[in-house]
Amino acid sequence: MAFFRKHIKTIVPILVLYALVVVLDLIPGVPMMLLTVLKKGAIYSLVAVSMNLLNGFTGLFSLGQAGFMLLGAYTYASLNISSGLKPIVYQYYTPLFRFSITEVLSGVAGSAGAVLGIVLSLVIAGLVAAFFAYLIALPVLKLRGDYLAIATLGFAEIIRALIQLEALAPVTNGSQLLRGFPYFRGLFAPFLISGVCIFLIVLIINSTYGRAFIAIRDDEIAAEAMGINLAYHKRLSFVISSFFAGISGAMLAMYQTSVQANTFKSAMTYEILLIVVIGGIGSVSGSCIGSFLFIAMSEWWLRFLDNSAYNIPGIPLLRPGFRMVVFSVLIMIMVLFFRRGIMGDREFSLSFFSKKTRGEGGRSDSRRETDE
Amino acid sequence: MNFIARWFPYILSGVSVGGQYALIAIGYTMVYGILRLINFAHGDIFMAAGIMMIYLSAVMPLGGAVLLVLLLTMFLGFSVDRIAYKPLRSAPRMSVMISAIGVSYLIQNTVAYLTGGLTKQFVEIPWISDTVTILGASTKRVTLITPALTIVLVVALVFLINRTKVGMGMRAVSRDFETSLLMGIRINSVISITFIIGSFLAAVGSILYFTNYTGVTYTSGAMPGLKAFVAAVFGGIGSIPGAVVGAFVIGICETLLKGMGLTAFSDAFTFALLVVILVLKPTGLFGENIKEKV
Repeated sequence: MAFFRKHIKTIVPILVLYALVVVLDLIPGVPMMLLTVLKKGAIYSLVAVSMNLLNGFTGLFSLGQAGFMLLGAYTYASLNISSGLKPIVYQYYTPLFRFSITEVLSGVAGSAGAVLGIVLSLVIAGLVAAFFAYLIALPVLKLRGDYLAIATLGFAEIIRALIQLEALAPVTNGSQLLRGFPYFRGLFAPFLISGVCIFLIVLIINSTYGRAFIAIRDDEIAAEAMGINLAYHKRLSFVISSFFAGISGAMLAMYQTSVQANTFKSAMTYEILLIVVIGGIGSVSGSCIGSFLFIAMSEWWLRFLDNSAYNIPGIPLLRPGFRMVVFSVLIMIMVLFFRRGIMGDREFSLSFFSKKTRGEGGRSDSRRETDE
Repeated sequence: MNFIARWFPYILSGVSVGGQYALIAIGYTMVYGILRLINFAHGDIFMAAGIMMIYLSAVMPLGGAVLLVLLLTMFLGFSVDRIAYKPLRSAPRMSVMISAIGVSYLIQNTVAYLTGGLTKQFVEIPWISDTVTILGASTKRVTLITPALTIVLVVALVFLINRTKVGMGMRAVSRDFETSLLMGIRINSVISITFIIGSFLAAVGSILYFTNYTGVTYTSGAMPGLKAFVAAVFGGIGSIPGAVVGAFVIGICETLLKGMGLTAFSDAFTFALLVVILVLKPTGLFGENIKEKV
């Protein structure tokens, strides 16, 4: 109860948000675009927060997120394609997994089993991503700064190239897409899964481990002198971040209802990084706000720019593609002039507004501006 | 003899691809040497040069088009630095890197808008696209021109860096940013010249590279850009001979792997090489060792 009272100004807006989601799920006639933005935004929130855990809270500049999402997506998909569809999906290969976890469990326990099956396969998807992260962490985390960024980017590209190999085709279906697995229809499921995962990440950030991560970010040498095991904590942060990236990859697979390796290019990692930056590096709520804004802008609000019917007569500027040009200019303005993002490294709560007037808002400004 | 006949064409095209990677890699390595910045937009500048070549050669004679492409690409590199990197000179390095990613996103989206997202047919350049036969292997003339041109340009560049005043400025800035500022070196012009040279070489590389391919699209710069970057890291980022050696090694290995029928592995190989070299010798083959201080 004390926990609830202490954090009431954070919990209330979250509850309001979820109530809204439930209402949107129940009433008919909600614009299709709004649903798309909310679904995709919820999924991107999770991966953005997981990247923020690594980049913002531990200070490890990693660019491997798309690779771990890809692992999660393929794990989820290959374990859940319904056995009736397998011969059609794996047209040229014999599938390695002859079962579908969701189908097996729903055969045992009905629709509760199906839900359990989806949750179980999401966890497996996360674990596969985390396992690869564990393997990679040993050599890669010795590198500093830029080199870490390049090495993780390279790993993501290797994973993407290898997953399309013929030898792995009984699982991954080569370069053809995977489809025919269960996915969620409403809004509530992605919000619930992302919410639970983000809550877990927040718990980690506020634990002893989280404080160790932040200490490493602020000053590695000082953290080591304080008795923090650098290698262990860096690896832990990397593995946890990849675990949740894997889950969000599986959710993205559900959202798209199909999986193909070419979706998970390095451009995807860049987008997630831009979301983290726009939201504020080191702010969980910032990453969530950032991802909804990013998706809403790129998919919805700027959509009219693609429509040549809105052109001012004589200036044929608007046509498909112009939306993304304007969008990237907006991002450049954000990156150049609002470097601390929407939230900086603060968290959103109702007291956010009153605090500002008391002059505490700029409190942490000087801390992260120094170069290491 | 049979062995040579089997592999010679691959080595030949490997050397050519390597030369093209080298021209891109120099841009990465010079910018990193001076700003300690991975210029993620460099691959896209390379791609933009290819697209400009297509559009310009449609409206003017080839010679004029090539000249104008070189000039416009140099201007593009110059303005990218002035607009996106200069305001962040005193910011943390991560901010500049993010800005570079933003620029790359912007260039790609702009080109996608201008081309309608379609793959544009690259121009047939009369003399260098001709087929020639060398030691029984037939290939385009560009395959022979590329390595030669690369070496000439690299020698000229090394001369510029070691023998001229501008080059001295570059060496000073890359050694110590702040001291060279105090010594009265005009840092911003030195950095601009670095970007202009890098973009010039990327434009030359672009014209040669796309001659071997049928078309250019807005994502065409990403892969060669990443590979050239790997080459720069492999050779020791900041070192020009290193970038050239790295580019040739990667180009030759890649085409040999393709020749063995392991096309799927050739991309993965490049990145595996990157990870191995980063783990074994993070500063690359010719890189300088930097001690991190408290």
